[in-house]
Amino acid sequence: MKRLFCFLALTVAVILVGCGKPDFSDAEKKTIASLALNTLPALKPDTTNRFADVPAAAALGSTLFFDLGMSRDGTVSCSTCHKIDRQFQDDLPQAVGVGRTNRRTMALAGVARDPWFFWDGRRDSLWSQAITPLENPLEQAGNRTAYAHYIKTRFGERYERIFGPLPDFSGMPLNASPLGNDAERAAWNAMSETQRDAINRVFANIGKAIAAFERSIEPVQTRFDRFALDLATGAEPKDDAVFTREEILGLKLFIGKANCVSCHNGPRFTDNSFHNTGVPPVADLPPDRGRIDAVAQVEADPFNCFGAYRDGDVGACGELRFMVKDAPQLIRAYKTPSLRGAATRPPYMHAGQFSSLDEVVAHYAKAAPSVEGISEIHPLELSDRERAALVAFLKTLSE
Amino acid sequence: MASLWRYLLAGLGLAALLVGILAVVYLTAPQSAQTVGPDVSRTKKTDNGLYMASFVPERGVVRHGELESWLLTLKTKTGASVERAAIAISGGMPQHNHGLPTSPQVTDYLGEGRYRIEGLKFTMSGWWQLRFAISSGAGSDTVLFNVVL
Repeated sequence: MKRLFCFLALTVAVILVGCGKPDFSDAEKKTIASLALNTLPALKPDTTNRFADVPAAAALGSTLFFDLGMSRDGTVSCSTCHKIDRQFQDDLPQAVGVGRTNRRTMALAGVARDPWFFWDGRRDSLWSQAITPLENPLEQAGNRTAYAHYIKTRFGERYERIFGPLPDFSGMPLNASPLGNDAERAAWNAMSETQRDAINRVFANIGKAIAAFERSIEPVQTRFDRFALDLATGAEPKDDAVFTREEILGLKLFIGKANCVSCHNGPRFTDNSFHNTGVPPVADLPPDRGRIDAVAQVEADPFNCFGAYRDGDVGACGELRFMVKDAPQLIRAYKTPSLRGAATRPPYMHAGQFSSLDEVVAHYAKAAPSVEGISEIHPLELSDRERAALVAFLKTLSE
Repeated sequence: MASLWRYLLAGLGLAALLVGILAVVYLTAPQSAQTVGPDVSRTKKTDNGLYMASFVPERGVVRHGELESWLLTLKTKTGASVERAAIAISGGMPQHNHGLPTSPQVTDYLGEGRYRIEGLKFTMSGWWQLRFAISSGAGSDTVLFNVVL
């Protein structure tokens, strides 16, 4: 009789242990492996920026990134919003530079791998992105010739060692820019073509130095990556690489029924594309139509890949060359953000519309129609337990 | 007392039998329902039968999330190469309410009816469709290729 009880007890134990083990189909295992950080390829060279991998350029770029002098009134640097100890973002629904902006600051891990920059992709290179906030009146609020003068005064020697001689500034206005106030625009228009080109070149080089620094900001390994690696190799997960049943359910939903992986795919959990997912506008902000309005901006940008300040050949400009320009799908479409580290950086969406991951999951489950354009997402039947499981899984990308 | 054990054993026996039957059912059932996918052939007749079209990635493999070039080869019904065709490209993902993430274009004619199409990008797994509107001396026709990643 004792033996029978022993046998029963053993059977029960085996069944219980079995339940706790992750049980994935081969297709699921393949998808999970494709999300793991070890599948992230090495960073490709950026031929449009010949200083991208020059250490002295990255060092100058890091100085400029943290330098408050890189703003009109000496109070704002890139790092004001891209905070180094906060995944290079600021925890605010909309970034605050010299003024309050209309968009959420994006985290920077892996940014050098993006084909498009900002939430709407209105810039097509990391270096042309980096100089845009410098002249935005709500961000760093400076102007092009003032930055060039500042670089000469503060960093002239360092700049020239990397980029060659600075232009002759004699006769150039202290404050001038094609994007500035009336006086600055008038001063810009009064400059000769050669002078404007010389200033633009210094300005582009500022961006190239900052981009060289930003290339070093890469995603870090998380609990999910340790779990995925063990799953792929068949190793027994240890310590924090063991997923709870809730986290496993969340992962299964993420790559299955909830369809999150359609857009949040690859080791950065992003398809680098733009989608309308019906995220509501913010009441007191100006109208925001997303990607559809960014197309003209990137085409008009003198620092875009087709412009005179690109290094290397035009073959690197495929994204701009084959860009979708006028499809209805671009209306209120925004870039798919990476989900790595997302759990510890609320609020969410392009203008911080949602304050928690619970709200984000609820939004995607409900799939309300977009105020303009057509949302790509469909309603989902998710139980409370399933919603909680999705959030639990997302947290493994931040631990 | 003894009869109680007998019942218990009988109960266990029945339970074991049930487990056995369930095991057979689960183990022999197909892993997942095999749904019929779209036609993914890379060579097909155009909709009105004017051309034979074939559409293949230039490097042989499809890479996820990168700009790539494909080759569209056009022959007439009699097998002659179609030269100087005007080709318009569209497409998207029928299950996701969106078109292509890029605007692929014909960038080169390579001879023997082969056209290079650059700027294709498959940003996600799933069912993609590419439609070609072809116009040449032989007439106008359309063809749709499915790509499933």
